[in-house]
Amino acid sequence: MNIHEYQAKAIFRKHGIPTPKGIPVLDKEGVGDKAAAAAKQLIDETGNQVVVVKAQIHAGGRGKAGGVKVVKGADAAKSAAEELMGKTLVTPQTGAEGKEVGRLYVEQGLDIAREIYLAMTIDREKRRPVIMCSSEGGVDIEEVAEKHPEKIFKVWVDPAVGLMPYQMRQLAFGLKLEGKAQMKGFSKLVGALSKLFIEEDCSIAEINPLVVTGDDQVVALDAKINFDSNGSFRHKEWAELEDASETADTEARAQDAGLSYIQLDGNIGCLVNGAGLAMSTMDTIQHFGGQPANFLDVGGGATQEAVTTAFEIILTSKEVQGIFVNIFGGIMKCDIIAHGVIEATKKLGLKVPLVVRLAGTNVEEGKRLLKESGLDITPADTMADGAKMIVELAAARANA
Amino acid sequence: MAILVDSNTKLIVQGITGSAGTFHAGQCMDYGTQLVAGVTPGRGGQTWKNPSGKGEAPVYDTVVEAKTQTGANASVIFVPPPFAADAILEAVDAEIELVVVITEGIPVVDMLKVRRVLDSQSKTRVIGPNCPGVITPDQCKIGIMPGHIHMPGNVGVVSKSGTLTYEAVGQLTALNMGQTSAIGIGGDPINGTGFIEILEMFQEDDATEGVILIGEIGGAAEEEAAAWIKENFTKPVAGFIAGRTAPPGKRMGHAGAIVSGGKGTAKAKIEALEDAGVKVAPTPSDMGTTMKSLLGG
Repeated sequence: MNIHEYQAKAIFRKHGIPTPKGIPVLDKEGVGDKAAAAAKQLIDETGNQVVVVKAQIHAGGRGKAGGVKVVKGADAAKSAAEELMGKTLVTPQTGAEGKEVGRLYVEQGLDIAREIYLAMTIDREKRRPVIMCSSEGGVDIEEVAEKHPEKIFKVWVDPAVGLMPYQMRQLAFGLKLEGKAQMKGFSKLVGALSKLFIEEDCSIAEINPLVVTGDDQVVALDAKINFDSNGSFRHKEWAELEDASETADTEARAQDAGLSYIQLDGNIGCLVNGAGLAMSTMDTIQHFGGQPANFLDVGGGATQEAVTTAFEIILTSKEVQGIFVNIFGGIMKCDIIAHGVIEATKKLGLKVPLVVRLAGTNVEEGKRLLKESGLDITPADTMADGAKMIVELAAARANA
Repeated sequence: MAILVDSNTKLIVQGITGSAGTFHAGQCMDYGTQLVAGVTPGRGGQTWKNPSGKGEAPVYDTVVEAKTQTGANASVIFVPPPFAADAILEAVDAEIELVVVITEGIPVVDMLKVRRVLDSQSKTRVIGPNCPGVITPDQCKIGIMPGHIHMPGNVGVVSKSGTLTYEAVGQLTALNMGQTSAIGIGGDPINGTGFIEILEMFQEDDATEGVILIGEIGGAAEEEAAAWIKENFTKPVAGFIAGRTAPPGKRMGHAGAIVSGGKGTAKAKIEALEDAGVKVAPTPSDMGTTMKSLLGG
């Protein structure tokens, strides 16, 4: 689960990580005046005329896409805010359609002496959290990792003892921080980050850039937090951090129905049980020349209602020219799925071709139900056969 | 011969009185698994009854008590995510040899701690979490897989995905090729046992003549397994990797199934496996026939 920069910074401050002073502007109405007021307050508090107006979207690369404006004075902040709010930003992480800006963050300007990259995530191979930093801050870290791996410093945190002072020193000396104030500021910050990561159930906590100011302060100029959704049961506060406009309506609806759904660009809808089978159903559709319209895992214990909802969600995409249901019944019984498919087909008056492949528990009963329903359902024995059939049927329909 | 479990395995079920626990405990017992006890804190002294009516088992408050009373050497965990790490560590503390964790949705931070404990001991092996379990056909089933699709034979199966494992096993059985054991290692980023450890066991197991390895996008476990196979594994391997069409940066159902920063792609995994001499099936429907072609059937 992603959150906005201003929300991540509030969490940073709670854990003692210094951030610039900032004020979020959350609605479009009167955005210019609100941003101007926020800028004025920051200028009064800091004595610095420079403020930064930052678009809040769940995607990196905002700066290069024109989503961050450094301005002088409240009037300039007003026009920057009016320009940014409602604008669609296209960054490498948003996809071609971009993301509309619905929230802004107005922040004090800082006297920046140095930019550093700092992040904590899980190293799956070492099976430990890793903290990495680089003197190349404010840039694409994957590019640095590729071209200059020697410029990246890493330490792995033992969950039993936490981040140790010698590890903080390894990072600080690697970055060639200068003087006591910088060393101390950095150590304190990285220690706080390491605690925050565990306590807040993060999968990524990234500061890019972390800056050293002209007066040797170490401050998180940017903040990105990605939570591990599995930790949601012990973080009731996450509900308030969710920005519904960042999630496609269909994905939110799927989530409510207990379905795992991701919208894609193709024209063949898939309804599958199990994540691995769902992914490979998409792959198989492509193997036979089609394009999947979605990833959809109905899970192990899907009900008839869930199957109907799944069909409805698949059909919200106007692109869909056919649906492939691929079920290997283990916990889920094929006859239950067959009932669900029949009900959904009737209820929705399905007009696109439907291929159903059932295997596993109660498969004969499931097949019989489908056959006796009198509905236009094409049965398939294997997933390859099914994928091939739906690709052909969808192509025929598109060309008709 | 087989790996991890056989007809001598004595199983306890942690979370036996929950709905999933009681249903699947019954299914395991009906399959022929020696289910000797259940554990649910606060329900000690009760008797669990198999929903099918065929058998029952005593319930204990703690794992150590269940082990002492019954001589159990394996445990399966159906405990909900908030309590799962605790349940795993309780089984480790009781020195249960094999702990199979079915639970999906355990926070990764909890698994980091579990992993730290596992790394500091050698008595317990954990399989999972977020996995279908392990089965040695006609001898012992620990998990949620449909037992009837399996048959005894000479092919080992190891997989990150539940339903793709069933897919592979179903195809093998249809081709009249049985299985020594089928192991689901789960789709979470931090797990108890990886591909290589299972492959080592299949290497040692004389009855296993070939292996199907099923991976998916995310992490580098498949690449590491490929490198290990190239150096060490002497039996033929058929492979499949799910997620060639998965968009980068999106988590595809499993917590660990995500391509991030250009890492963990299906393409890289397939290339690594092929470089190690693994024959990768073009579609999941070809896993069985690919294995058959390698075994000269």
